[in-house]
Amino acid sequence: MATLEIDRVRKTFGSLDVLKEVSIAIGDGDFLVLLGPSGCGKSTLLNMIAGLESITGGEIRIAGEVINDLPPKDRDIAMVFQSYALYPTMTVRQNIEFGMKIRRVPAAERARATAAAAEMLQMGHLLDRRPSQLSGGQRQRVAMGRAIVRQPRLFLFDEPLSNLDAKLRVDMRTEIKRLHQRLGTTIVYVTHDQIEAMTLATRIAVMRDGVVEQFGPPQEVYDRPANTYVGRFVGSPAMNIVPTRLEAGAAGAEAVVTLPGGEARIGAIPLSAGTLERCRGRDVLMGIRPEHFAPGRGITVDVDVVEPTGPDTLAIFTLGGVEVTARLEPFAASAGRKLDLAIKTDKVVLFDPGTETRLD
Amino acid sequence: MAAERSSASARRARLVGRAFIYGTLVLLALLYLMPLWVMVVTSLKSLDEVYAGSFIGLPRALTLEAWEKAWATACIGTECGGLRPYFVNSILMTVPAVVISTAIGAMNGYILTKWRFRGANLIFGLMLFACFLPFQAVILPMAQVLGRLGLAGTIAGLVFVHSVYGITFTTLFFRNYFVTIPDELTKAAQIDGAGFFRIFFAIMLPAALPIVVVSSIWQFTQIWNDFLFGVSFTSGASSPVTVALNNIVNVTMGRKQYNVDMAAAMIAAVPTLVVYVVAGRYFVRGLTAGAVKG
Repeated sequence: MATLEIDRVRKTFGSLDVLKEVSIAIGDGDFLVLLGPSGCGKSTLLNMIAGLESITGGEIRIAGEVINDLPPKDRDIAMVFQSYALYPTMTVRQNIEFGMKIRRVPAAERARATAAAAEMLQMGHLLDRRPSQLSGGQRQRVAMGRAIVRQPRLFLFDEPLSNLDAKLRVDMRTEIKRLHQRLGTTIVYVTHDQIEAMTLATRIAVMRDGVVEQFGPPQEVYDRPANTYVGRFVGSPAMNIVPTRLEAGAAGAEAVVTLPGGEARIGAIPLSAGTLERCRGRDVLMGIRPEHFAPGRGITVDVDVVEPTGPDTLAIFTLGGVEVTARLEPFAASAGRKLDLAIKTDKVVLFDPGTETRLD
Repeated sequence: MAAERSSASARRARLVGRAFIYGTLVLLALLYLMPLWVMVVTSLKSLDEVYAGSFIGLPRALTLEAWEKAWATACIGTECGGLRPYFVNSILMTVPAVVISTAIGAMNGYILTKWRFRGANLIFGLMLFACFLPFQAVILPMAQVLGRLGLAGTIAGLVFVHSVYGITFTTLFFRNYFVTIPDELTKAAQIDGAGFFRIFFAIMLPAALPIVVVSSIWQFTQIWNDFLFGVSFTSGASSPVTVALNNIVNVTMGRKQYNVDMAAAMIAAVPTLVVYVVAGRYFVRGLTAGAVKG
């Protein structure tokens, strides 16, 4: 168990900047998710924490100790890989004990640790099989077992659920969360799946092109995205980003949005007086989550497409010249009809149209 | 009714097709086996019978005389000790050369795929280039090298030549096999605390067993059957069996001893045949083995 500090860390391959001054700090027992599309540098960062990639600049500290130049085995970490990376010619038991054997753990203790891990992950009956005889979910368990017996200060997960089918992915997600609750070990977890990030993390770092766009607790990242990129990346369907004009009204900040039939005012948007004064009369981008629409008085839209998902229905229409999705109750909308919608204005966030960062 | 009749005629057509295919296969197989047949029956005849009768017929009186002679008493040059000492030479040459070239190839493949360094692809390309280098091109420089090393005319010299020449092929085999093994395996082992050699011996080499077999068979066949290096770099008592066979067959006094020649040729070919029969299954499996999943 340990804290982890990533302090202005850089990584370059030749002239290519893969990571540009990344700084993230998490506390003991935190579950950090590095979230981003492929090529954003999240796996590189994880490999640098593991010691599998060199660090071009900056420092990485585990429990206050700089580990930049320590080899992987001395960093007291364990890692679970996307392809599970089980040793193909060894049995499950040998896979789990391999690391302990190298560290010269006595046989009796090895057996005890293996049995404990097998019990925790319910894979006692698999111990004498080879990886090729296991299903994807079972391999995933073995990979986790191999990490657990190490009793590391830090667990690293590199897209561990990407190779599983949808149903198993949800099950294993719960399994990983349960593991974290039970062991309380600090975890760094890389994924491109924002739902995994939301469900698992205590801290999310959203990355793009080697830069951390936002770092914070999941709900904060979801409710107050730092910029339009984070708003669009986190949440499904994505946050709607609508071009509007900012005005000052009786209720404070008001966004004026263009509708096919004219303009509408959306009032009482939380915004500081200073920003309102500065941006008044100018164009801004308005971010609204799909679930922050509800039938009611406010704006009238022409529903274009309706997508029922079961628990709710997605209504798609045009607002401010862009396509917008609203998450409504089943049968709340039908295609080709007009629909009156109210907006939960206290949930609306505004972005600068130039820099696309959030206005407070 | 009509449907029944048409299915019956379809069955007959298929039967005729099958008969044609198998008939052709058997015919071609017989044709292909003809030389072997001639070798076997001739080696089992006495020399008089060989000269009296046809090549193809079964021997009237079965005798192993020719085999004994080829193995133990046939004259090669002035020595009349048969193929036996040269057979031993070939074993002394082939086994170390196979082991050395396969071991180095495995290590090369491991490094070229799992410990990539700047220029790794260029080096691999150059090694591939060496695969296409004809034997004849290296004979003169190799003779000079062997002379400087003091290995000229020795079995150790041949082991050296075949090991060096074989590395290109074994590296190709192992590199292309290891490239299918996920790199994450190496990373996982590094985190587990395994070093360069431990990863190689505990994880990579066991996973590469099929390609070890392929490489060994390939090298064994190449080296055992080699004639050119043998005849160029050795002479007399240190020759491999292929060179001795040539000397038996080409240098005779009096009547040409076809039965002894045939027996000698088969003795020289037996080890590669045995290797194929014993390990051939793994050979095909190894050649078609894909990624190691899991």
